[in-house]
Amino acid sequence: MTKVNVYVTLRESVVDPQGIAAKEALQTLGFNEVQNVRIGKLIELELDGTAAAIEGRVTEMCEKLLINQVIEDYRFEIGEVAGQ
Amino acid sequence: MRFAVLKFPGSSCDLDMFHAVNDIVKADVECVWHTEADLSLFDAVLIPTGAAYGDYLRPGALAKSSAVISQLHEFAASGKPILGVGNGFQILVEAGLLPGAFLMNKSLKFRSGQAKLVVQNAETSFTSGYEAEQEIALPFAHAYGNYCVNAETVTQLKDNKRIVFTYKDGNEDGSTEAIAGILNEQGNVLGMMPLPERAVEAIIGGTDGLPLFQSILKNGSEQHVSQA
Repeated sequence: MTKVNVYVTLRESVVDPQGIAAKEALQTLGFNEVQNVRIGKLIELELDGTAAAIEGRVTEMCEKLLINQVIEDYRFEIGEVAGQ
Repeated sequence: MRFAVLKFPGSSCDLDMFHAVNDIVKADVECVWHTEADLSLFDAVLIPTGAAYGDYLRPGALAKSSAVISQLHEFAASGKPILGVGNGFQILVEAGLLPGAFLMNKSLKFRSGQAKLVVQNAETSFTSGYEAEQEIALPFAHAYGNYCVNAETVTQLKDNKRIVFTYKDGNEDGSTEAIAGILNEQGNVLGMMPLPERAVEAIIGGTDGLPLFQSILKNGSEQHVSQA
């Protein structure tokens, strides 16, 4: 079993209303050093197959379903084989 | 002319759509479940609003894993009309039948009410019953109404008159160019966030949605006659 973490972020050109609201909330709490907040998603996958074999498959999963390339970017990390 | 109302798990306004077409427009219409649908039996497909697959991942995203989506692509390629409203619009975008994507409303709130719209193109098979630049009011109800599309696509949409409806004043959800509804390149797939099926009877607050259904019926029926 291989574990993959897919990190989904909003494209830089896309305004993130949640991030703006979170930034303002942090500043209200006194964290005035906060200049910018962007909120994304973490998708954890557990897959059969070796790390080398799954890279292309995960790319395909991201582009077919997991992310929308109009508004989102992604990167993923292939983790250690989970001990069963 | 036969209409299908295409249902996914989580579609919740299919009966509003059925009622509008069956009882008010008085056309032949059937609600069909996505796994059992044979779209070749129909002349027009209506995708109602709701929250298909619970809006998980992104609104409309999981619906594109349904087998009916390849049928929808064929249906669109054949030139027959497809209308997606609210979540139906989001499904059409995620399925790649219309460009763009949806973000959460700028206010981060679910909003509902009457949207004032301008009919930007009254020469489509969906809007021939309206006047050019007519101002209409249609209900809306969405949390992800913030239509997002890049500058290059906006230019294409504008150049080909594919922006069909815009919000008149107040584009509170933040849609690019105040877009409320767009057409595909071929002109036979319309997606819109406002809900015309909720505005077909004066007794429930307006009839500005009625010309849209009547236009589809009229243009579809004329096409039938010319093909016969």
